[in-house]
Amino acid sequence: MEYEISLATTMAISVLFALSLNLITGFCGQISLGHAAFLGVGAYTAGMLAKAGVPFLLTLPLAMLVAGALGVIVGFASLRVRADFLAITTMGVGFLFVGIVRQQDALGGEMGISAIPDSGMSKLVFMLFAVAMAAAAALLSAYVRRCWMGRVFSAIAEDEDTVRVMGIDVPRFKLTAFALGTALAGLAGALYAQHLKFIAPDSFGFIESITVLSMVVVGGIGSVIGVTVSAAVLSVLPSWFQVIGTYKLLVYGGLLFLMMRFSPGGMAALVKRIFHPDRWGAK
Amino acid sequence: MLFVELIAQGLIQGSIYALIALGLTLVYGLLRILHVAHAAFFTLGGYIGVMVANQTGSLAAAIVAAMIIAGIGGILVFRLCYQPILHQPPFVPLIASIGLYIAAEELFRIIFGPSGLSYKYAFLQDQVVLFGFLRFKLAEIAVMLGSAVIIGVLSLLQTRTRIGVACQATVSDPQMAESFGISLQKVGDINFFVGSALAAFAGVMVSVLNNMVEPTMGSVPSYKALAIIVLGGLGSVRGTLAAALVLGVVESFGTIYLGHYLDRNAIAFAFLILVLMWRPQGLFART
Repeated sequence: MEYEISLATTMAISVLFALSLNLITGFCGQISLGHAAFLGVGAYTAGMLAKAGVPFLLTLPLAMLVAGALGVIVGFASLRVRADFLAITTMGVGFLFVGIVRQQDALGGEMGISAIPDSGMSKLVFMLFAVAMAAAAALLSAYVRRCWMGRVFSAIAEDEDTVRVMGIDVPRFKLTAFALGTALAGLAGALYAQHLKFIAPDSFGFIESITVLSMVVVGGIGSVIGVTVSAAVLSVLPSWFQVIGTYKLLVYGGLLFLMMRFSPGGMAALVKRIFHPDRWGAK
Repeated sequence: MLFVELIAQGLIQGSIYALIALGLTLVYGLLRILHVAHAAFFTLGGYIGVMVANQTGSLAAAIVAAMIIAGIGGILVFRLCYQPILHQPPFVPLIASIGLYIAAEELFRIIFGPSGLSYKYAFLQDQVVLFGFLRFKLAEIAVMLGSAVIIGVLSLLQTRTRIGVACQATVSDPQMAESFGISLQKVGDINFFVGSALAAFAGVMVSVLNNMVEPTMGSVPSYKALAIIVLGGLGSVRGTLAAALVLGVVESFGTIYLGHYLDRNAIAFAFLILVLMWRPQGLFART
């Protein structure tokens, strides 16, 4: 039972993390190749605070705050550069985060932070708490999608210049998307640190950024249900099948490529096509 | 003296970057795709180089084999992977390319083992002293001269031959070029062949330099090369060359003076981010 609980916690954290990227990349169309950096910021903030004696529940909002604040700073980059340039800039942010943390002895350097104090929750309660957070993020996403802000997000993703011409304050909405998405990633990071009790710079590198991106892409960019399902499945696949565990990156890389090559809308688009067969012919 | 040595080391590293980034620029100029999987041909080149050199004992044969095989691989990637998704929004080929690269890196690990291979015969490992104080490995000089010659020949071909001019025309206006009877398919094939062959040449040279190849040898150059073509202004060949050399030098100075605060990759990307915030269109872009 212990193992299943731990697996469910991992799953919930991955779903939360993937949904946070979905807000930025899926809803608002701002591609990020360095999202794991914000997971890392959240994890390090929560880890350091917990070691300093701050109670667990208080570390969560603080981790969100720090990650969100840094997210807004990176968001400013998205106002300056677009599309391919933004992709490379965010990738740079990811490398920068790992590079800085690695050299800071105060943050544990290469070795990371270990023995993070316990939250005081039992494993089961912590799992339920993580699931509740993931569910809240899913509800928030569904709400954002429907409200006025979400419509502006998708308009920006569709055609930024037109939105600008219509007199909508594009920078404000882009920054909001970054703030929301990165704060949620920070929350996921805080839960991650508490769940594993050990964090190191390498857990937040480029590969992790790509892993979460593949969860979003495989689920279907912008689809809340699709992303939730794919993050849940992809996060536990390596533990369920030893074969996949060994070839994890091959499977992720292959999935990412095949999905883009044959169904750029992800699983969500596949499912839609199955239920609406008349769309098979449509472009 | 340290100053000159750092510049020399930076230029060596920069010319390796230039060889890799040139292929990326060719692809970006033509198709507007960030071809992350390009670095897979760098690694492939290294592996073919080691295997052929160990079989035949000839470095020249290794280089030729690596360049031809990687070139053909490049054409296959173009036709099978990119061509069908060119009409999609730009993130689609980008993500596909990242997926392809990660899968390729894993394949190298699975096929050749995680620990890498090394040369049976050590090529170009002798030390040379220039101007009385600059110490080089022969391989380092070969890298610099090799890339200068190859890049020079390429730019001649591009301006002096029909095919080269056709490539240039296609980059500046694909539809117009096509209506003048230039085959887009052929131009794409040539660009991918040349770009991948250059990456393979760089792969062989780096494997000679370090006397080994390993599955992950492409990962850092692949992301660095992306940074370089962005710095160079995406799609500009001269900008890419300049940016590659500049980044090489910045890194070699950075690791000495900033090494305590940032590692090598972080220095490169910090430089990239700073430049982009200052000039979002890249360092050497035409405005």
